[in-house]
Amino acid sequence: MPKMTVDPFYCKGCGVCIVSCPKKIIRFSEKINEKGYHYAECFDQDQCIACKMCYINCPEVAITVWK
Amino acid sequence: MSKILMKGNEAIAEAAIRSGCRLYFAYPITPQSELIEYMARMMPKVNGTFLQAESEVSAINMVYGAAGCGKRVMTSSSSPGISLKAEGLSYLAGAQLPCVIVNVQRGGPGLGDIQPAQGDYFQATKGGGHGDYRLICLAPSSVQEFADMASEAFDLADKYRNPVMILADGMLGQMMEPVEFKPALTDEEIEELGEQHTDWCIHPNQDGDLKHHHEINSLEIDPLVLEQHVINLYKKYAEIEENEQRHEEYNISDDNEILCVAWGTASRVVKSAINELKAEGKSIGMIRPINVWPYPYEAIAKAIGPNVKQVYVFELNTGQMLDDVKIAVEGKVPVKFWGKVGGIVFTPAEIKEKLEECFKE
Amino acid sequence: MEKIAYRPESLRDVPFTYCPGCMHGVAHRLIAEAIDEQGLINLMTGVAPVGCSVFAYKFFNFDMAQAAHGRAPAVATGMKRARPDMHVFTYQGDGDLAAIGTAEIVHAANRGEQMSVFFVNNAIYGMTGGQMAPTTLPDMKTTTSPYGRDTDDIGFPIRVCELLDTLVAPYYIERVSLLSTPDIIKAKRAVSKAIQYNKEGRGFTFVEFVSTCPTNWGLDPVQSREWARENMLPFFKLGLFRDKGEGAE
Repeated sequence: MPKMTVDPFYCKGCGVCIVSCPKKIIRFSEKINEKGYHYAECFDQDQCIACKMCYINCPEVAITVWK
Repeated sequence: MSKILMKGNEAIAEAAIRSGCRLYFAYPITPQSELIEYMARMMPKVNGTFLQAESEVSAINMVYGAAGCGKRVMTSSSSPGISLKAEGLSYLAGAQLPCVIVNVQRGGPGLGDIQPAQGDYFQATKGGGHGDYRLICLAPSSVQEFADMASEAFDLADKYRNPVMILADGMLGQMMEPVEFKPALTDEEIEELGEQHTDWCIHPNQDGDLKHHHEINSLEIDPLVLEQHVINLYKKYAEIEENEQRHEEYNISDDNEILCVAWGTASRVVKSAINELKAEGKSIGMIRPINVWPYPYEAIAKAIGPNVKQVYVFELNTGQMLDDVKIAVEGKVPVKFWGKVGGIVFTPAEIKEKLEECFKE
Repeated sequence: MEKIAYRPESLRDVPFTYCPGCMHGVAHRLIAEAIDEQGLINLMTGVAPVGCSVFAYKFFNFDMAQAAHGRAPAVATGMKRARPDMHVFTYQGDGDLAAIGTAEIVHAANRGEQMSVFFVNNAIYGMTGGQMAPTTLPDMKTTTSPYGRDTDDIGFPIRVCELLDTLVAPYYIERVSLLSTPDIIKAKRAVSKAIQYNKEGRGFTFVEFVSTCPTNWGLDPVQSREWARENMLPFFKLGLFRDKGEGAE
């Protein structure tokens, strides 16, 4: 089952993955990381198709995609 | 080994190659263009790299890159070109990279002229580039000494991980004197030398190695880290000051009434004047600093004999090493200065006249 | 389940120091991916510039050098000549490469030095707080062109790919962008090609990335990509300038 995970340590809440995701299943978390950013998270892994567009656009290499 | 009659610029190039230098980056400038031309002919013969860079700025940065890879590398220039290298010298010192820079000084400031001078002493020994650092500076006074300094410079650079400057001048660069060269290092010896710095330099990760991440860098954005780095640099410089002072004593004796201090080409002229006056019964001694950084302060102080009434500094500038002599003398005895600028070298007669004036006083 | 996209080995596990949404991190990742894919991590080294990417020497998982402003191509020349068995890249911004470093890049390219140059063009000086760059667009406001870049006074942006394309020696020159998913995928192909040509000793390779500076443009990361697409791409045209490896010159 495809999956995308964001490492909160690296994420700076830039939002580029959110607009890049064709399934629109990424959002900013309510929580913040130690730098104070609302990091990105996938809220519906069932819909993930492992297209990797989030990973391709992420400038922090915070994302891992699983298939 | 037999002696060869050779021009200074070429002798230093030949000596550098024999000392295992296989990378040379430079830009033409009078009065050292023979050096770069010699390297252009000879480097390919030893499968070394010769590259005429687009500027002295570029050349010193090529030196930075090659030195960062742990290899023996050299550049050369003359006064205005050395000014262009100032940034690079500061970076080399900050990143602690071994290399040799030859300055064949000419008249300045600005474009000046192409005749010999000693106007870059401050630049070499007190800075030139920005920030707290030091260059080890060697000052030859003969073509033989110039050539000998090649291996000395590379060895010092490697030992202390520091740039080393050889402060020659247009006279030494252009004149021809007999030189006896040390035997050339073998390819195996050079190969070994190239691997002596693998604890810090850029080199391939061998299979099975713990992957290393070496940084050739002078940036330390955290002030506490930069502070410690500069403190460490100065510990190193203190060690160099302890171990690497070098000077020549000429005609020093308790009879000396005047103590002269001179370096490089100027010292040869002063020696001639001293000899002429000696024949006339006047006792004058000279201290010739061979390394001008670290500076032989104690040697000068010790050489002030019981009968010395005057210390006299002669330079081909408006008085630069003069300041270091004053520091050494600490006001014990008056210090006089006489110099020539404009790229003009004084004559023994002129020096003799200046010294004779002291006896008349 | 297996990982199909993950942090390349050629990147250290250290957070980047770039602003949120700055595309420098993407460029770094593309280079790191290419190095991993081509098995070059043990033989690779690179030169970091002065600019936002001054700390790039900390981010790559192999030996790196940091160079004086603009001098990276000269430093890389010295490195490659000293260790010809290694492969070298430089990574430079628009001030580093197109202002102070113009001589060094032109001459390294002209000599056909064995290196890959990765040039990030975002039409502004990021690290020093948003001053005008040689690549700043006409009428664009920056802290040192507060009334807009006046082309009558100080001329037009420099197009580096076009400039280098007049030289005989360079082997591969391409301009790409990091402004959308398809663009980044194309950029990755260019990076891979540059690294591969470098590995094969073919000569000087150059990839220019049109990129963004959200902080100094005063736009958010997503808006900046749109702004760059609308305003930078008409002037900095994407495309292949030369590729001696494919007879397309």
